[in-house]
Amino acid sequence: MPKKSYRQAINEAIRGEMRRDPSVIVLGEDVAGGQGGTAGVGKVGNIFGVLAGLYDEFGPERVIDTPITESAIIGAAGGAAMTGLRPIAEIMFADFVGVCFDQIYNQAAKFRYMFGGKAKTPLVIRTTIGAGFRAGAQHSQTLHPLFTMVPGLKVVMPTNAYDAKGLMIEAIRDDDPVIYMESKLLYDVEDEVPDEAYRVPFGEANVVRQGKHVTVVGMGLMLARAQAVAQELAKAGIDCEVIDPRTTSPFDEETLLESVEKTGRLVIVDESPPRCGLAADIASIVAEKAFKALKAPIRKVTCPHTPVPFAPALEDEYMPNPRRIEAAIREVLA
Amino acid sequence: MADAGAQTLQMSRDELRRAYRRMKTIRLFEERVEKEFAAGNIPGFAHVYIGQEASGVGICHDLTDEDYIGSTHRGHGHCIAKGCDVKGMMLEIMGKQGGLCNGKGGSMHIADLSKGMLGANAIVGGSPPIAVGAALTAKTKKNGRVSVAFSGDGASNQGTSFEAMNMAVVLNVPAIFVFENNGYGEHTAASYAVGAKSIAERAASFGLAAESVDGSDFFAVVEAMRAALERGRTACKPSVIETRCVRHMGHFIGDPQPYRSAEELAAARAIDCIENFRKRVRDVRLLDAAELDGIDSEVSAEIEEAVQAALAAPQPDISALEKDVYVRY
Repeated sequence: MPKKSYRQAINEAIRGEMRRDPSVIVLGEDVAGGQGGTAGVGKVGNIFGVLAGLYDEFGPERVIDTPITESAIIGAAGGAAMTGLRPIAEIMFADFVGVCFDQIYNQAAKFRYMFGGKAKTPLVIRTTIGAGFRAGAQHSQTLHPLFTMVPGLKVVMPTNAYDAKGLMIEAIRDDDPVIYMESKLLYDVEDEVPDEAYRVPFGEANVVRQGKHVTVVGMGLMLARAQAVAQELAKAGIDCEVIDPRTTSPFDEETLLESVEKTGRLVIVDESPPRCGLAADIASIVAEKAFKALKAPIRKVTCPHTPVPFAPALEDEYMPNPRRIEAAIREVLA
Repeated sequence: MADAGAQTLQMSRDELRRAYRRMKTIRLFEERVEKEFAAGNIPGFAHVYIGQEASGVGICHDLTDEDYIGSTHRGHGHCIAKGCDVKGMMLEIMGKQGGLCNGKGGSMHIADLSKGMLGANAIVGGSPPIAVGAALTAKTKKNGRVSVAFSGDGASNQGTSFEAMNMAVVLNVPAIFVFENNGYGEHTAASYAVGAKSIAERAASFGLAAESVDGSDFFAVVEAMRAALERGRTACKPSVIETRCVRHMGHFIGDPQPYRSAEELAAARAIDCIENFRKRVRDVRLLDAAELDGIDSEVSAEIEEAVQAALAAPQPDISALEKDVYVRY
C-alpha cells in the first residue's frame, strides 16, 4: 500500500470529494494564495501546503481565497452550508477562533436544533493545533475542549495519515458542522493510505495497542507520545493499552469503559490545560461509570494552566512529554 | 418623490393589495403579540417591528421564496414580509408544538427555509456573514437568487457587518445588506453610537453601491431594492440599502423608554408608514378605503385564528428535548 503523509492524506480526501461532489468548496485565507499578486494564483495552497494543487484543478470558484476576516469566513461557510453547499472553511490556526467564535457556537452549531430540525449545516472547519512549533502563545493552542463542549459540533482529531483521510471524507459527507483539527507536528508523518476513498466513522475509538495493566488515552499528537512510552515500558514488563478516541465529540465511551474495566487503571494524556479539558472530562466519565473497576486514582497528564510559552526549554516542558507520561503510568501502577 | 409616485402607478392592484396586506399583517400581529405578552402567554421577551413595516415589506416585495433573507432579534416583520405563515409564527413565539421551529427557536430564532428565511438572529450582527454565504451558494449554483441581510443601526457598527460587506465585494456575490436605522440600538441613540454621519455613506466606502432611503415610504424602499436586485441578479454584485425608519415602541415589549422624550416619541409615532401607504394608493385611486378596510378585517380574523390555535396547542413533548442534535451523553 502506498505511503503518504498526513498532509497528503488530507489533500487527497478533499480532492477526491471535490471531484465527486460539485457542491464541495474550499474557502479561507490563502487556500489558493496569490490572488491579486504578481506571480500567479494557487502556488501556496494553504500555509502548510495542505491544499496544494487544488486551485489548479478546481479554479477560483471552488477554491476561494478570502480576506483575513474569520467571522466572514465562518459565517459565509455556515450560510452556504445551510443553503446547499458543502463548504470546507479554514481557520489557519485554532487560536484565531477567538475572532469568529460567535459564528461557530452561536450560529452554525445551532441551526439544526434551533430551527426545529429543519436546517442542516454540512460544514467542515479545518484548523491547526498544537505547541512544539516555537510559535508562541497565539499560534500554538490545542483548543479541542472549547469545541467539544458545544452541542451541535463534531470534533475530530486525526492522529495518523490513514485516519486523516478517512475522517476528512466522513467530515465532508456529514450533515453537521465538524471541527477538523490538524496537528501541525504530524503533517510530515507517513502512513499507509489507500488511493481510493474510504470513511472512518465518528465516535469509534481505535485501540492502537492492546494491554492489560493500564489504559492510556491520547489525542492528536499526544497519541504518538503515549505509544512511544508504552513501547518503552513494555520492555520493563508494563503492559499498556493505548486508546485513540479519534473524535472527542461524539466520544466513544464504550471502548474506554471496556478498557478500564479490564485494566482498572487510567492515564489520560491531553495537550490542553488541566481544568475543564478533555482529560478532566474523560476522567469524569470513568469516575461516574467505571468507578468500581478502578484500582488506583485516575491520572491526568496535561499542560500547566498557563499560556503556551515561547522559549523552547519552557515549551518542551509545557507539553506532556515522555518523562511526565511515564511517571504517571508508573504512579498508577505503584 | 416624483419617481416613487410613478412607481405606485406601475404596480398592479394585486401587488398593492399584497403589500398592504403584509404591512397590516405585521402591524396587527405585533400589536397582538404585545397583548398576549402582557397576558403572560408568551415566554421570555420579544421585540416588535411596529412602525417599520414598509421597510421589511418593501425590501421583500420583489423577492421570491427562492431568495434568502437573514434577520434580526426584531424579526417578526421580516418573517411575515417573506411569506412565513402567521399561525406557525404564533405557535413558535408561544413555544408550542407545530411552531415553525417546533417550539425550539422562539421569537428571536424563527426560521423557515422553505420560504428562504434563514432565521431571525439574536446576535447583533449575526446575519450579514451568513447572508454572504447564502449569496455564495447562489453564485456557485448560478441560480440567479439573491440574499438579503437585515440589520439595524446597532449591527451596522459590528465588525461582522464590515467583514461581510468587504467579503461580498471581494467575492462578487449577490448579497444585499439592509440596515434599518430606527434611531436606536437598544437604549442608545444611533446619533450617538454610529460614528459616521450616515450608515450608507460609510458602507459605500467598502466599494459597493449604497443608498439611504425613507424607510417609511414603501415605494421608495421598493425602488431602491429594484436597483439592488438588478445588480444582484444580473451582475452578481452586492448592495447596501439604509432604510431610515422610526421605532414606535420600546426596544422590547415593556421597555418604558426613559431615554426618549415625550415629544420625540410623539414625533416618531406621527410617522406611520401604513397610513402613508393608504394615503398614497387612495390619492391615485388604485385602492379605496373600503377595500383597504376589508383587508384589515381579513387580517384581523387571520391573526385571531392564529392566536386561538397557538393558545390551544400543547408545548412540545419532553421527548423533543434531545432530538435534532447528533448525540446524547
